[in-house]
Amino acid sequence: MNLELSLMDSEQDKMKIKKIENGVVIDHIPKGKGLAVLSILGIDEGFHATVSMVMNTPSTTSGLKDIIKIEERALEEKEINKIALIAPAATVNFVHDYQIVKKRKISVPDSFEDVISCPNPKCISNKEGRSILKVEKKSPLHVRCVYCERAYSQEELLELSSFTA
Amino acid sequence: MADYWAGRDILSTRDVSREAIEQIWHKAKKYEDAVTQKKSYDKQSGKVLASLFFEPSTRTQFSFQTAMQRLGGGIISFSDSNTTSVSKGETVYDTIRMVESCADVIVIRHSLEGAAKLAADAAKIPVINGGDGANQHPTQSLLDTYTMFQKKGKLDGLTITMIGDLKNGRTIHSLCYALANFDVTIEMWSPPQLKIPQVILNDVSEKVKLVELESLDLSNSDVVYATRIQKERFDDPEEAERYSYVIDAEAVKKMKDDAIIMHPFPRVDEIATEVDSLPQAAYFAQEANGIPVRMAILDSVLG
Repeated sequence: MNLELSLMDSEQDKMKIKKIENGVVIDHIPKGKGLAVLSILGIDEGFHATVSMVMNTPSTTSGLKDIIKIEERALEEKEINKIALIAPAATVNFVHDYQIVKKRKISVPDSFEDVISCPNPKCISNKEGRSILKVEKKSPLHVRCVYCERAYSQEELLELSSFTA
Repeated sequence: MADYWAGRDILSTRDVSREAIEQIWHKAKKYEDAVTQKKSYDKQSGKVLASLFFEPSTRTQFSFQTAMQRLGGGIISFSDSNTTSVSKGETVYDTIRMVESCADVIVIRHSLEGAAKLAADAAKIPVINGGDGANQHPTQSLLDTYTMFQKKGKLDGLTITMIGDLKNGRTIHSLCYALANFDVTIEMWSPPQLKIPQVILNDVSEKVKLVELESLDLSNSDVVYATRIQKERFDDPEEAERYSYVIDAEAVKKMKDDAIIMHPFPRVDEIATEVDSLPQAAYFAQEANGIPVRMAILDSVLG
């Protein structure tokens, strides 16, 4: 992976990240969560193309934000749901030939299915079947496992659990 | 309200309404003579209950099996999964897919939480949760609330004092959600490390009045619901000793005259045997209610 990372703290320092030819741009990621988004997408040093990330850049809507641009990569629905757990207000721009061909606002689904495991080690979904976490409240995010019925906040879920492959 | 339970799974008390609970009570009342007179009915003749106890059980298993037989139905069962294909690594899902072709209703107990829900996903026939880990034991709650109704005439206005291990006890968790349908006060006393999970308190706090007792004071109780404190839950055996309690005849004297004492059993030494003969002791009646209540449950889900 060729990671271009920029930390911008003033207008003068502002660096333009060059446009990508084909890939995705994930915008409006909460400040400091960009690396976590890359992690859940499984993008690490083994990734074959360029990844650019801007951290702590001013957002017109909510203070500071992170932005990620990933060359030669699409996003599947399941991956978009994973991003929703970390960055529920993010947007995804799909780029082809330097043009945005599709813009998608991430929304919290009614349930997270096979996205993240139930943090309860005694839940049967960690042994067989699949993880289904029903969203009980979208903001702040609260979910409940349909199997063991335990409820978790977004913070608890991200701290205690792991994303499914 | 039409028969709410017909064809349904019974997995949890979390989403069960007061009307649905009362339907079971009213049907159970008609089946009390299955215990008092050992009477049998020809209500579910030809129907088969699959009794799948992946984890040991005495009273839940016996009362389900007795209930089905008193209704005229048959039983297939195992109570030791080591004697089945499970010991060869068969999943719960595959076990259920096989069993559903043999039976009309399944009762399952399993150590993993959510096992009954997974079984219900696998089966087209009704699945009844006979206890899944520390999560739920809904039929116990139906018989517990039935016992309160039977002994006290109503639940509204009662103060129910839960004592012991409120953290790991599935009967406590289920009962809290069932009681959330009624206008009750729940008092709680437990060792600090065995407090009821916060998520349950959050779920029921707007529906019932919750009171955390600083000491084991049973003077306000209409119903004392005692549970066993398992010594293995403590790192330090001396600490376990510090929190052990005994309800003896002296303790009963300090309770209201018409209060009742319940216990989901097995008991170890939480309730002295001298209490057994006192009018407040409702735990043997509670146990016996497992049969008419489970008859009502099976009769309802089978329709």
